[in-house]
Amino acid sequence: MSRIVGIDLGTTNSLVAFVDEKTGLPRVVPDREGHTLLPSIVAFTPDGVLVGDAARRQLVRHPERTVYSVKRLMGRGYEDVNDELCYFPYKVLPCEGIVKIDLGDRAVTPPEVSAIILRALRERAEAYLGEPVEKAVVTVPAYFNDSQRQATKDAGRIAGLDVVRIVNEPTAASLAYGLHRLKEGVIAVYDLGGGTFDISLLRVEAGVFEVLATNGNTRLGGDDFDRAIVLWLLDDIRDRHGAYLGRDAEAMQELRLAAEAAKIRLSSDERTTLTIPFEAFTYHQEITRADVEGLIARLVEGTLGPCRMALADAGLAPADVDEVVLVGGSTRVPLVRRRVQEVFGRPAHSQLSADEVVALGAAVQAHILAGGITDMLLLDVTPLSLGIETLGGIVSVLIPRNTTIPTSAREMFTTSVDGQVVVDMHVVQGERELARDCRSLARFELRGIDPMPAGMPKIEVVFLIDANGILQVAAKELRTGKAASIEVKPTYGLSEADVERMVEDSFAYAEADVEARLLIEARNEADTVMTHVERALRQSGELAPADEREAIRQALEELRQARSGTDRDLIHERTTALNRATEHLAEVMMDAALKDALGSKRAAEILASRGES
Amino acid sequence: MNHFEVFGLPRKLGIDTVELQRKFYELSRRWHPDFHQAAPPAEQARALEASARLNAAYRTLRDPVARVEYLVRLEEGRAPAAATGKPKAPPDLLEEMFEIQEALAEAKAGGLDEAGRRRLAAERERLRGRFRDEEARLVGPLAAAWDAGDAAERPRTLEACRQALATRAYLRTVIDDLTEALGESQEGHVTHRRH
Repeated sequence: MSRIVGIDLGTTNSLVAFVDEKTGLPRVVPDREGHTLLPSIVAFTPDGVLVGDAARRQLVRHPERTVYSVKRLMGRGYEDVNDELCYFPYKVLPCEGIVKIDLGDRAVTPPEVSAIILRALRERAEAYLGEPVEKAVVTVPAYFNDSQRQATKDAGRIAGLDVVRIVNEPTAASLAYGLHRLKEGVIAVYDLGGGTFDISLLRVEAGVFEVLATNGNTRLGGDDFDRAIVLWLLDDIRDRHGAYLGRDAEAMQELRLAAEAAKIRLSSDERTTLTIPFEAFTYHQEITRADVEGLIARLVEGTLGPCRMALADAGLAPADVDEVVLVGGSTRVPLVRRRVQEVFGRPAHSQLSADEVVALGAAVQAHILAGGITDMLLLDVTPLSLGIETLGGIVSVLIPRNTTIPTSAREMFTTSVDGQVVVDMHVVQGERELARDCRSLARFELRGIDPMPAGMPKIEVVFLIDANGILQVAAKELRTGKAASIEVKPTYGLSEADVERMVEDSFAYAEADVEARLLIEARNEADTVMTHVERALRQSGELAPADEREAIRQALEELRQARSGTDRDLIHERTTALNRATEHLAEVMMDAALKDALGSKRAAEILASRGES
Repeated sequence: MNHFEVFGLPRKLGIDTVELQRKFYELSRRWHPDFHQAAPPAEQARALEASARLNAAYRTLRDPVARVEYLVRLEEGRAPAAATGKPKAPPDLLEEMFEIQEALAEAKAGGLDEAGRRRLAAERERLRGRFRDEEARLVGPLAAAWDAGDAAERPRTLEACRQALATRAYLRTVIDDLTEALGESQEGHVTHRRH
């Protein structure tokens, strides 16, 4: 079997990992600069599509065309996300059960945006491994419902990846831990990411990772912490500067990024200062860890209820838990750690990197599927009860939550009118008694029933939840043994035809996107070099003879002209030329700097500090 | 293949759950789809089905009450469908139940005063005790009687099990109703009533 990579498609960051055949251990794939995290941000610029750090730089400049946290929109309907749309600077529109992001000249669906991130990871893995990558295990929050899982699988297909397995994030993390230290017992995995929260309880024994119960909230994460801080900052700015910035998309992005950065600093510091230069004024505020804890306390509290429910479902008391593992960037927040330790009554740890552990686990699961590991087995559960709507809108549960998957249930259907040839059914997922309070998954039409008196046909419908946690349905008329045809109308999601079209589109875009990206990269490099050279001329130009200065200016101008065009090779060529023209100036500048510093600093230190700038 | 056959067990209610778990893990290693990824589609489908059957069997047999329910159904040859209709009150509880239903109706109509609340809460505690007793009788003496009994006694034991299950189901309904009347059921999260 060919290689399968493991992908953590996160709300904030995404990663790709693989198992190193030599060591048998999973490793995260770095990009050319050595970064392992790819920010889950996609910018649709006039020059092309940007992903990751390059897209991140567009957040403030083009907030309406730079999509972040798209995971929160995956597999959801407009009414599900309506209340949080005010936080997104990009425009989200309802579209046949799902949502679309309006970019002005075109609209994209959340799976298409995720596909762009997946494709970037795929290319990263291919460049690193030097071979094509076609198969992947992709992780999702354990509490993701059927629609959200299906949307993730669609994203993989659009990216040209065969998603051989959808794995739950906390369970993936447990696999990564399992590989390092196989301590047996009951472990609790508390996973608080950028946009989602999961708690999973597992029994680890003899290489089997059996999930006992899982619970969570797919709309609770670090993003919500940032929002709480931003709301507070908005009030403070209004009080002190008399300006309300809530409707200014660029300012909101500045605030969001500043809030996120302050939150991160406050995980290690007791207090920090925010300085945000706006056009009319510069906002300056000191904020303490206690302030932020006050703002997010209610959100952190919201993760504890699901912890208790998971314990109850597993039939366990907190004292039965042998180990508590923290996963996800938001578990760095000290208040989170403190509250989790209180609930479970024991210290919680994160010995493996909270950012990387899910991707590492996905790689382990990928290796299991490829046949590379045979002594580990993951037995996961379905997080939500699956049922059908019956008379009066009441849900009849067919598969209760926390049932080990794969699992199936059979249900008999019949007709209520003489000669009826079609039977409808409505499948829902959730824990409420009324269908309208649950998540509607799909409406099915059983067709091809022979006309018979009412109540005579016996149609057996088999509902199967596969190892991905995704529902499959099959039906058979028992009297005739004929397979009834089923027409599925998913309530949320893309049709087969939609996905096909997007796969085709993505090929067309992919070609253009690669070109555009390479051009943007060339321009960025040119910009960096030009900025450095201009500064050098300004500060130390007199160190070089006049003719040399003239040659540098000439090379600079030529590069500037090339940069305004679209010939990528020409930009590269002239960037190299400019670099060469300044070699001598750089040397004499270095000498001068060394002379200046003699006696006060050692040369190596200066060289080192120069290397950083 | 019934749940007992999946594990190669006789149709008995006394099951060593530690051994059952060990066997479950062993069979999972044989059938889980993870280990059949490279197999032809037909074999993959077979593994998927076997794995789903194994999971259902384990879920039922590891729980002593679900185990009795399943056995009763199996012996009666009923299809594994949900029980129909509302469970009836056991005869010895009829009078008491009448009072509780009245109190519940009152609560629904006019709200509860402090004394009424206390009475309902106390009643619920008592019924919870009765529920536990009924469960203990089911998984203890009744299950043992089934395992030890000969063919002649079995119909009687089976009937006793059926009665105990019905009483238990009835008690759960009333306890849930009381919890609802006391306004203590958790918003947005309904506990599943196991039939």
